[in-house]
Amino acid sequence: MSQYKLVRFNLNGKDVEKMVDVRASLTDMLRNDYHMNSVKKGCEVGECGACNVIIDGEAYNSCIYLAVWAEGKHIRTLESLLGPNGELSDIQQAFIEETAVQCGFCTPGFVMTAVEILETNRLYTDDELRKLLSGHLCRCTGYENILRAVKKTMYRRLGLPLPE
Amino acid sequence: MYDMKALYEAESVENAVALRLEHPEAQIIAGGSDVLVQMREGKRAGKELISIYGLDELRGVSIDEDENIRIGSLSSFSHITRDPIIQKYINVLGEAVDMVGGPQIRNIGTIGGNTCNGVTSADSASTLHAWEAIVELTGRDGIRRLPIKDFYIKAGQVDIRVEDGEIQTAILIPKASYENCYGYYIKYAMRNAMDIATLGCSVNVRLSPDKQTIERARIAYGVAGPVPMRCPSAESAAKDKPLTLTTAEEFSLAVLNDIHARDSWRASKAFREHIAVEMAKRCLIESIKRAGGVIK
Amino acid sequence: MSKVGKSEIRVDAYDKITGRTKYYEDRMPAGALYARIKHSAIAHGFVKSIDKSAAEAIPGVVKVLTCFDVPEHCFPTAGHPWSMDPGHQDVADRNLLNRHVRYYGDDVAVVIAEDEVSAMQGVRALKVEYEELPFVLDVQKAMEPDAPLLHENFSGNILKHTDIRKGSYQEAIKEPGLIKVEGWYNTPTVQHSHIENHGCYAYEENGRIVIVSSTQIPHIIRRIVGQALGRPWADIRVIKPYIGGGFGNKQDALYEPLCAWCSTQVGGKLVRIDCSREETFVSNRVRHAIRFHIITWLHKDGSIAARKVECFSNQGAYASHGHSIVAKAMGSFPQIYPCDNFEGDAWTVYTNRPVAGAMRGYGMPQASFADDANIDECAKAVGMEPLEYRMKYIMPKGFHDGFSGNTNYYDSFRECLEKGKEYIEYDKKREEYAKDAGPIRRGIGVAAFWYNTAVYPISLETSSNRMLLNLDGTVTMQCGETEIGQGADTAYAQMTAEAVGLKSYHDVRVISCQDTDITPTGLGAYASRQTYVAGFSIRQTATLLRQKILQYATKLTRQAVDNMDIVDGNIVRKNDGMVLMSLKELAMTAQYNAADSEHITAESTFTIRNNAYSFGCTFADVEVDIPMCKVTLKKIINVHDCGKLINPALAEAQVHGGMSMAIGYGMSEQLLFDEKTGRPLNNNLLDYKLSTFMDHPHLEAQFIENPEPTSPFGTKALGEPPACSGAPAIRNAIYNATGVAIDTVPITPHVLYAEFSKAGLIHDSWKEEK
Repeated sequence: MSQYKLVRFNLNGKDVEKMVDVRASLTDMLRNDYHMNSVKKGCEVGECGACNVIIDGEAYNSCIYLAVWAEGKHIRTLESLLGPNGELSDIQQAFIEETAVQCGFCTPGFVMTAVEILETNRLYTDDELRKLLSGHLCRCTGYENILRAVKKTMYRRLGLPLPE
Repeated sequence: MYDMKALYEAESVENAVALRLEHPEAQIIAGGSDVLVQMREGKRAGKELISIYGLDELRGVSIDEDENIRIGSLSSFSHITRDPIIQKYINVLGEAVDMVGGPQIRNIGTIGGNTCNGVTSADSASTLHAWEAIVELTGRDGIRRLPIKDFYIKAGQVDIRVEDGEIQTAILIPKASYENCYGYYIKYAMRNAMDIATLGCSVNVRLSPDKQTIERARIAYGVAGPVPMRCPSAESAAKDKPLTLTTAEEFSLAVLNDIHARDSWRASKAFREHIAVEMAKRCLIESIKRAGGVIK
Repeated sequence: MSKVGKSEIRVDAYDKITGRTKYYEDRMPAGALYARIKHSAIAHGFVKSIDKSAAEAIPGVVKVLTCFDVPEHCFPTAGHPWSMDPGHQDVADRNLLNRHVRYYGDDVAVVIAEDEVSAMQGVRALKVEYEELPFVLDVQKAMEPDAPLLHENFSGNILKHTDIRKGSYQEAIKEPGLIKVEGWYNTPTVQHSHIENHGCYAYEENGRIVIVSSTQIPHIIRRIVGQALGRPWADIRVIKPYIGGGFGNKQDALYEPLCAWCSTQVGGKLVRIDCSREETFVSNRVRHAIRFHIITWLHKDGSIAARKVECFSNQGAYASHGHSIVAKAMGSFPQIYPCDNFEGDAWTVYTNRPVAGAMRGYGMPQASFADDANIDECAKAVGMEPLEYRMKYIMPKGFHDGFSGNTNYYDSFRECLEKGKEYIEYDKKREEYAKDAGPIRRGIGVAAFWYNTAVYPISLETSSNRMLLNLDGTVTMQCGETEIGQGADTAYAQMTAEAVGLKSYHDVRVISCQDTDITPTGLGAYASRQTYVAGFSIRQTATLLRQKILQYATKLTRQAVDNMDIVDGNIVRKNDGMVLMSLKELAMTAQYNAADSEHITAESTFTIRNNAYSFGCTFADVEVDIPMCKVTLKKIINVHDCGKLINPALAEAQVHGGMSMAIGYGMSEQLLFDEKTGRPLNNNLLDYKLSTFMDHPHLEAQFIENPEPTSPFGTKALGEPPACSGAPAIRNAIYNATGVAIDTVPITPHVLYAEFSKAGLIHDSWKEEK
């Protein structure tokens, strides 16, 4: 009946493989087969960004990405950011310090886009950051403190003082 | 979990063509940002899919031997925007596709998918029309090329011959179209991100060598009719005209002879016509500035 | 040092930032059956038959249940405290599934299947035959004599009508020389759009029903599921995990009753219902669209001689929270801009729209829009500057409201307005912008809001909590008031640490997950009540816990109870401050004392017979591109007096979120319906225009901290107030920029096009030529 395929990929630094129902989205596979609790479902059509993960360095909404397309890819979820002893990464720490977390449902998706932005090692203006983060909807924060958290981390990583 | 009957993953263009001939009922899926959404809605539920997502040979921008800009159909919007060839010769296309949805959508969405689904609101489509792009299709009999205006048949329908196993493999911009040409795109939407165009307007100009007159102006709209469209009346109204506000106004009013805006719950005809005129004017003025002209 | 008033990190921050936090779907055991709902494809009518044969033939489909299978009796859904007075009970007009369908999206059947795809296929395979009836979407048309009737017992579709009469409006308007300012103000149907959709799962355990749900009100859900299923309430156990936002939508029984019933129909197996985003928009709850008709009679100096306000509240198909919302809205008018001669009427009216329930602000975003739009017109009518008008006529210090018992102890409004004025550079900008005459014009607008904290005296206000001294000297605290993202748990930890005398809020373990079998009975998250009402029971329970601790300490220290205190987690001698022992030592000794063991706990309930005024304002600075019919919000500030801040950083974050919602309310959000069919047109996140990251300027939040005398911690409402005054401030800024008074929100480009055309600001010459 159902069609299955072996999907091999690298998840958060580790090579993994499983037989996967071809009808599955990447969200389905990451949540159900790999227990990636951080991957959230908010709309299932690529509008809210809650399911966002990084695939080969770029951010994607995993809800509208077929699980079988993961074959051979390097996929990172929020779980990858945590240090071996539970240490938070700088961007996670900044989200906490700047009160950028409320209900927490959009948070993992936002953080992963922030990771993509920060890994460019470039300095962006506020308007540019707003655009780069605009693929996520949040109903709690008005985006204000999320901007602060990403901006603060960007300046820190570039070794620059945060402007007033 | 998608309600999908079967999935066939193409391993090459040739294989994709063969799969298409073998499964004529199947839907091609490139990035999936439209097809999967429709499948979830129930519109394409229970269908077979042929995935061409893995065909890396269809990604990337290059200049071919005839000096056409060649954009592989699976090039994502974000890659198009960042591509140096695009930035150098047809920056407006990069800017237009940088207004599609949000960043994640621009990472998965492809220019091939954006044109093949035949919707009038596609942010790439008006610019591709205004730059007279050529669509390249590959089927069992080899390659077929046709102007983009002929590629669009009607809303949601494009000229792809399933019976020939065709898939879209590239979009080309001929040199005559892009040389010395500068353009500007305005997406009119209700939000500044994650939106579809209420109206999209793409204008480009080539100025006379002395930068005193408009040698050629081209304009195309999305959502001004069932498919993206050019405005011949407006284009001739600007041809060989001086760089003045009057020219811009005449040009912009002339679009009304060409467009077929209609009433829908998304916007009224009157509103669409009003902003179409204003957008044409602003796009022309900005294109002239980008071409090094000065409005008098 | 005080534990309150500090910007502490959220108690749930680590788990949320690492993605570990468990929302309902993350807790779901494997093997759940999927229940998917068949929704009505007509706006009004009767289901004549449902052919389920094709659906039942789909492999994986376990059971199909329809509106012909459900219990006959009706139940209410509103997340209100139960009332022992039948006259005050919520209207019970719901069935689990409906034969008489009353809106496009009503629930007619459910397919239970082993997997998601089979369930969806089953839903699509159901063939429903309807007998269609005429429908009505507009609130006033629904009141007309020949309008289609939605519910037999409610003639004219009027769910309820109430009025306010103060002085004599009719007499007052006879005074010669009064200036009349009249307007109709329209507000839209909008939706909460929390990012986690509502969902739940249910199963039977030892003959009882367990439900895990994304809800704000676990204890109320227990009661409603009991009512819906005709089971003793104690047969139901509701567990509330972390939830991904609620904003009032989840202050209602959504699909918990249906899910529980489905489980009972498949032998108590685990059944899940997960709302899609599309269902969340239509088949959960929405905000009441309220239409206001205001007539204000002014003296020449601008003072209000008399005012008449009519409010028409669009309830949609079922009662839910019903009349409470518009009643609160109407009640604000004679308070915020007081007037001696007031006549108010409010109607809540059934229509064939999605069901309106609670939503952040509970009638106040609607009232604030209408009131402050009208007040701007009043200022103009008497030639006064709008801010000056408000400074002069807004609620004075000392104002007392007899009904709620609220007193305006401070001059909060004027303090808030002064603060906002300074930030927005009001005088300078108003002067500068007045010179704009081209296609781009700028403007500044202001609006204020009024808000009552919690639900006393309309409903029961009660809070219970339990505290337990742990062996390490920390305290575990639990209460029925829920964390829904706003940060309540962190505020509770800070208040508990303060009230018990712990060293830090880290020494309080708040049990976030409510379980009606375990958690002291509480009412949940609504009415911006959490911090205010929990404050009373936290103070009281902490006092009890302290007494028990000190009584035990007496046995160990020989000091009199009165001569000891608990400071920073230690028992200290009051007269010299000497540390006698730590709470840890005390707890260990008490627990393991072979002769006198004690498990030190305290639990209490506080009935709150108080309310508290919460006030504030918004200033907006806009740029209007007239030919493009576009408004850009350049600057915006909210100033609030919500009493003393328990956690300033969290308070500021709450304000940001409310401001964002208000911006959407003012400029872009609206659920649209096809006039011909009643079908919702934009029930998804693409077509429903929630503000994105690129649609906001910086959001400035500031506070005036006048301590609330009724609260043990000096605090009062903040959750909902930030959503109230943004839309009218934006409206008034556009008015200031263009001179065009727009009395409908959201003020979209479509509205601007129509209004600017009417005002002659834009002129499409070709339209006349044609």
